[in-house]
Amino acid sequence: MLIDAILLPAAMAAAAGLVGCFALMRRMVLAGDALSHVALPGIGIALALGIHPLFGALTMLFFGALLVWTLEDRTRIATETIVGVIFSAALAIGSLLTSGEDLIDALVGHADVVPWPEAAFGLAATAVIVWFIVRRRHELVLALVSRDIARTAGINVRRLDLIYLEMFALTVALGLRYLGILLMGSLIIIPAATAKRFSKDLTTMLVLAAALGAGATILGSIVALWLHRDPGPIIVAIAAVGFLSTAFRG
Amino acid sequence: MPSTPDAPPSPILDARELSVAFDTTPVLDHISFSLPAGASLAVIGPNGAGKTVLFRALLGAVPHTGTVRWAPGVRIGYVPQKLDIERDIPITGRDFLTARLAVDRAAVERPDIAAVLRLVGLSEDTSRKPIGTISGGQFQRLLVAFALLGNPTVLLLDEPTAGIDQPGEERLNAMLHRLQEERGLTILLISHELTIVHAYATHVLCLGSGPAFFGPPSILTPDLLANLYREPVSVHAHTHAH
Repeated sequence: MLIDAILLPAAMAAAAGLVGCFALMRRMVLAGDALSHVALPGIGIALALGIHPLFGALTMLFFGALLVWTLEDRTRIATETIVGVIFSAALAIGSLLTSGEDLIDALVGHADVVPWPEAAFGLAATAVIVWFIVRRRHELVLALVSRDIARTAGINVRRLDLIYLEMFALTVALGLRYLGILLMGSLIIIPAATAKRFSKDLTTMLVLAAALGAGATILGSIVALWLHRDPGPIIVAIAAVGFLSTAFRG
Repeated sequence: MPSTPDAPPSPILDARELSVAFDTTPVLDHISFSLPAGASLAVIGPNGAGKTVLFRALLGAVPHTGTVRWAPGVRIGYVPQKLDIERDIPITGRDFLTARLAVDRAAVERPDIAAVLRLVGLSEDTSRKPIGTISGGQFQRLLVAFALLGNPTVLLLDEPTAGIDQPGEERLNAMLHRLQEERGLTILLISHELTIVHAYATHVLCLGSGPAFFGPPSILTPDLLANLYREPVSVHAHTHAH
């Protein structure tokens, strides 16, 4: 119970905070949020085929990230435009494929007992995401300051972009059970945005974002258990209150 | 077709028929030049002539036709034009420089960040501030420090003194020239300061709306400059005290 309801989502939220730091600094907040919408058709197809919704979501998110990456490279259309069109369409198609309670669960998440294979997958994927951000943070920093000087430092910027997008997609997939498609993007962005306001260097921002994400999730999960409500909206509300309480700080 | 001065047997950079077009608009049209190791190339020309695009093509950052051949083992340091950095981004100069060292996993010799900061005239305190909050001149020096941390054999400098005050500009130019003499660096410099070109350059590449010109600085006659910039240009060549 403790692992299902608190520790696993807290670990995922910490990873989401780390991923969110770079999403925020790379100015892909809206793109990232919209990317999560692509999971919906995947969930709808998986439910129709009678397979685990996580597989459907993961598959669609993987190809969604790949599509954004390819279109950014091959076309001169602004990323925000690409994302806006494709992922709004994904939301529309997903709504057609999913209905009733399944649709609500997919959109805002649902607290449930997590089978151990899913929990093990969640922890392993969380570890991969944390490892990627910690290990590749220097490359990500150089690529966001200047892609050209990152290239002169020997970094394959396009490959790094793809791996980062896929890590973002994986982070979204991990949080779908607890927060759903509409709210998971918020948990990636809000703790990072709060951390940014208090940080003057990268390490502080990363540590703070992970801690704030995990903190909001633990607190939100406890309040949700107490109120017998789904945790997703409560977690995001707590994170948002945290951000807003600092928004007018000088 | 640009003229070519006497070419050494093994140039550190050899560009042949280099062309870049964005959509159907040509930006660089069949540029050819060759540089020996230790040379200083000044790239001059009016705004929009394609100087920055040339550097980006040499770095492989934009699609191009023609060939760009760097000598084997070349390590390139690049100082881009002023970058658009968000003011509140929590990345310090130290984060930036540390990242440069961290990604260079194959480096045998690791330069000392403090020593490089002293070399470019940037204080430790400034290097610990978020990069979006330091002045344009300080940021340019940080970019030069970044380039030097990679132990470059070639430096590409895109208006490196833009935004730097006069004493800082002179100190930076003198520092680059000293480094070039000590380490045998090859320098490619985009500059609008024709006095600097006359003082330091061994070769000049002029880009404009017409054909490119490549040669020694002595090719920069008033007529050529007037034709290049489409208006009379006065140049006060001075001799740099070595």
